[in-house]
Amino acid sequence: MSETRPKPQGQRPQDWPHYVDPEPWSPDDDALPASRLDPGASAARLMLTRFLRHRLAVLAALFLGFSYLSLPFVNFLVPHGANERDVEHLYAPPQAIHLFHEGRFLGPFVYPTTGRADLREYRWRYESDTTRPLPLRFLCPGEPYRFLGLVEARLRLVCPPPGGSLHLLGTDRLGRDVLSRLAIGAQLSLTVGLLGIAVSFTIGVTLGGLAGYLGGWVDAGVQRLSEILKSLPELPLWLALSAAVPAHWSPVTVFLCISVILGLLDWPSLARAVRSRFLALREEDFIMAAELMGASPARIIRRHLLPNFASHLLASATLSIPAMILGETALSFLGLGLRPPATSWGVMLNDAQNLMAVETYPWISAPMIPVILVVLSFNFLGDGLRDALDPYHDQ
Amino acid sequence: MLRFILRRLLIMIPTLIVVSMLIFVVINLPPGDFLSNQIAELRATGQEAGLAKAEFLRHEYALDRPLAEQYLIWIGVWPGPSGFNGLLQGDLGWSFEFGKPVAEVVGETLWFTVILNFAAVLFVYLVSFPLGALAAIRANSWVDYLAAAVGYIGLATPNFLLALILLYYGQKWLGLPIGGLVDPRYENEPMSLAKLGSILHHLIIPTIVIGLSGTAAMVRRLRANLLDELGKPYVVTAKAKGVPPVRRLTRYPLRMALNPFVSDIGSLLPSMVSGSVLISVVLSLPTIGPALLEALRAQDQFLAGFILMFISLLVLVGMLISDILLALLDPRIRLTKRSRS
Repeated sequence: MSETRPKPQGQRPQDWPHYVDPEPWSPDDDALPASRLDPGASAARLMLTRFLRHRLAVLAALFLGFSYLSLPFVNFLVPHGANERDVEHLYAPPQAIHLFHEGRFLGPFVYPTTGRADLREYRWRYESDTTRPLPLRFLCPGEPYRFLGLVEARLRLVCPPPGGSLHLLGTDRLGRDVLSRLAIGAQLSLTVGLLGIAVSFTIGVTLGGLAGYLGGWVDAGVQRLSEILKSLPELPLWLALSAAVPAHWSPVTVFLCISVILGLLDWPSLARAVRSRFLALREEDFIMAAELMGASPARIIRRHLLPNFASHLLASATLSIPAMILGETALSFLGLGLRPPATSWGVMLNDAQNLMAVETYPWISAPMIPVILVVLSFNFLGDGLRDALDPYHDQ
Repeated sequence: MLRFILRRLLIMIPTLIVVSMLIFVVINLPPGDFLSNQIAELRATGQEAGLAKAEFLRHEYALDRPLAEQYLIWIGVWPGPSGFNGLLQGDLGWSFEFGKPVAEVVGETLWFTVILNFAAVLFVYLVSFPLGALAAIRANSWVDYLAAAVGYIGLATPNFLLALILLYYGQKWLGLPIGGLVDPRYENEPMSLAKLGSILHHLIIPTIVIGLSGTAAMVRRLRANLLDELGKPYVVTAKAKGVPPVRRLTRYPLRMALNPFVSDIGSLLPSMVSGSVLISVVLSLPTIGPALLEALRAQDQFLAGFILMFISLLVLVGMLISDILLALLDPRIRLTKRSRS
């Protein structure tokens, strides 16, 4: 308000003189501020901007992207093979990499360790000899492995020094390197969730779509079935199903079976989501507009329905992967999932079943850390995606 | 109200039928059965003596009949070799692995399973209600962040490992007992106050571990619901009219936020019962978890089938109770003809 405004003269407002602000005015000034800064931006652009605002989700996406992209090269990155045994170092504790020896810079090196059996406490004890630094070797030949499962290769990024050992996260009962197994186990543990979600997606979208599209008794049937499946405890059924996988099958077949089993019970929530989205969207005005303009059903589904709930499905899929990763861990932990010689985080944790592991050799439980990180990452990523994929919904 | 409960009970019958079919199919998925495996083994090792007995048992338990007939006999709606004796008649069948009737194998463990799960549900309610409410009232304070942190730990840590770790440190720092559900001293004694105390003492860690992920979910849910309610105009009106803070909170927003809180326990139950099976195996609690694992490994089908049935029933009954509670709490659910799904 400008200061030229006259003072009110009467007691009641209707006694005041009619006042008009002399400032220039245009109707645009009073328009509501635009809800978005860039009204012309494409949906994808908006989603990206919104997603990037979600710090944790971006961090999670980077971490998961890095983990998944490095899966094919895992064998090159780690110093040991998954089943390579170092019989001199059973239950060896994690070793440190040093840079300075007696104040002198030597580059990365380790001290050799020797173990002796402590028969009084009945455990292994290791002492490192700090007088003899053993420099690490880089890009060196190690235990042979098959690169991408095809090419025989020996080259590894880093190898233990001759006469020494390199176990950054210690070794297990059989003297296998925990860090290497952890990284190699990621190959199975991380893909089991993806395969499982693919299975559950196929079933869920098909059944949910049919229920939403056909309605009637198909709808009722799918609804009831998914309600019943949702009310059943998953783990005992997973156990029963994986107990049915014959023990003599090859690790790859068992792995595929376990993925399918994990996906088999997960579809109900997805099917319900698809169905309800389908029903809700069919009532929307823009669908009716498209229909009135003569769009074919195929075009409506492809151009209008699918883009609207594909993103939603993506987010909910991201949120249900962790359950599968945890499921694999639990199954393998109980000895009914993947079995040695296959290596996964669950198989590794199978060794950490007793209290001795927690008390004496805590590094055996190391696979717990990547499990937690991955599960949390998927949760953050899913939350971020869910918020971001709905760009027209303001916060 | 009575009609609501009756209707709800009627819905359970077809559900149970479908569940029993599913379970029967699942436990019969592995090729062969316990006895045919045993017969093959006896043949291979040339022990003809046991063969006759195994063949007799196979006939006695109708394992030589078609699968559909086996199912009907197992349920108890079709006469088996010795008349009607299925689940409906209360005959749970024979456990080949343990060489005793299933009822004897599971016996007391059924009660422990119920007690353990009940304790876990109670834990979820008792912890998540105040924590969730506090987290919403003091949003973005340290209580809120603490609740979120606990939630994420509960969400992401494999619960079997959490059980081992809590067990170890619980024993080391707090002197909590390791394994089992009762002190060996009271193993074969009748129930007494001391025994009850011992059971409660043993229940602490399993309850926390089983309840943690459920608690995490409930805290998040209650916080979100309550925050939604607190932002509504009626709360502002109440504040403007000078309703004291506690009354302003408990009178309406908390009651509104409570409904989803009660109904959600139904969707949490399956995962909690799953968790209790796993935790029982890890902590060697005398619930049906370890027996289930044993039965599945040995293809002991009647035992596995009954345990799976029992676990499903436990969940269904829990959901029924949560639905009834919800109906008591919220008249809108009772009065609409349509059952909530």
